[in-house]
Amino acid sequence: MTYFFPQIADPMHQFVVQKWIELPELFGFDISFTNASGFMLLGVVMIIAVFGYAASRGGLVPNRIQSIAEIGYGFVADMIRSTAGEEGLKFFPFVFTLFFFIFFANMIGMVPYAFTTTSHLVVTAALALLVISIVLIYGIYKNGLGFFKLFAPSGAPWYIYILLIPIEVISFVARPLTLSLRLFANMLAGHIMLKLFAGFAVTLFAAGGAYIALAPLAFAMGVALNALELLVAGLQAYVFAILTCVYLSDALHPSH
Amino acid sequence: MSIFVLASAAESGAAKPAFPPFDPWHFPSQLFWLVLLFGVLYIVLSRLILPRLGAILERRENTIAESLDEAAILNEQSQKAQAAVETSISAARTKARETAAKARLKIDVEIREETAVVDANLEKKLAEAGERITALRADAIKNVESIAVDAGVLMAKKIGAKVKKSDISAAVKPLVS
Repeated sequence: MTYFFPQIADPMHQFVVQKWIELPELFGFDISFTNASGFMLLGVVMIIAVFGYAASRGGLVPNRIQSIAEIGYGFVADMIRSTAGEEGLKFFPFVFTLFFFIFFANMIGMVPYAFTTTSHLVVTAALALLVISIVLIYGIYKNGLGFFKLFAPSGAPWYIYILLIPIEVISFVARPLTLSLRLFANMLAGHIMLKLFAGFAVTLFAAGGAYIALAPLAFAMGVALNALELLVAGLQAYVFAILTCVYLSDALHPSH
Repeated sequence: MSIFVLASAAESGAAKPAFPPFDPWHFPSQLFWLVLLFGVLYIVLSRLILPRLGAILERRENTIAESLDEAAILNEQSQKAQAAVETSISAARTKARETAAKARLKIDVEIREETAVVDANLEKKLAEAGERITALRADAIKNVESIAVDAGVLMAKKIGAKVKKSDISAAVKPLVS
């Protein structure tokens, strides 16, 4: 009897997008509802459920879930205040949505057999481009051409600018790339490692003989990596959100 | 053993794209659902949920601040009441002291008056007694005179001398008085 478990054998299988519901094409594009869309929807529903419950309960003395939601609210607000100042709070709903969207996607991805939405570069790149677009549009809208002072920090002798301005421009252009690649690569690599060690444990066990003795080692490594990945999942959401705040701070105060 | 077969089963499976995240067929679908779901999440959070959460936090802060203010006011009031109690107690104490002092004065005056009355009474009685004593003494002396005269008469009679009674009383009188 032969079972087919591609998710065990192939560490890449977990990233394969599968159509769940075929939808008619929109302007010639395939917009079918896939497993990626499904887990994204799950994350959104969970966020709305948790925070919606907390908001609709609205007790003066919070219960557990309300307390968690309020801590989340305070956490994001403090993050913005510490990096972009009080003015940054006008972006509070955006940063809040971004942080919890990524956080829930990463955390749902830690559940076995779940799809990790943020392990796809399309998604992270779209989010990073959204952030950079907001920084650019708001920066130019608010500061006009003064926004480009961002590339020429004041207080340096003139000949330094010959070197400094290209560096600043390159670092600005690199922002959406690094922002999207960091999250994508972390989630992808972490999940590949998890699957590799889990699969390795199974393969060793199946190989029989003396290999069985090694299987628990591989399994223990998988357990340890799970803990690490849980940390990475939270941390990467935080990193994405705090870098967003830093970039928004540039749009608010370009002359640093 | 059957599981061991799977490893090779995947390898020999249909020719899959090498790297699923870079498989372009799902890009439009991913972007479409990302825009839709992220947009919905943003609108729901920013319009409905976050303002309410913010209001809850603000309300709690206000309630706490109000309660603290109220506590401060009540504390102030209690301190004022305490001070009032203390002043009224000290006022009562002074009043009591005054009343006691007045009463003492009054009693002193009364005692002095009564003593004076009693003293006067006593003096009167003493004087009366003195008078009676002198009267009694005079009386007694008179009796002594008559007794001496009588004794003189009897003695004269015993020795047989003829002496007049008037002579004897004339001789006795200067001795007695």
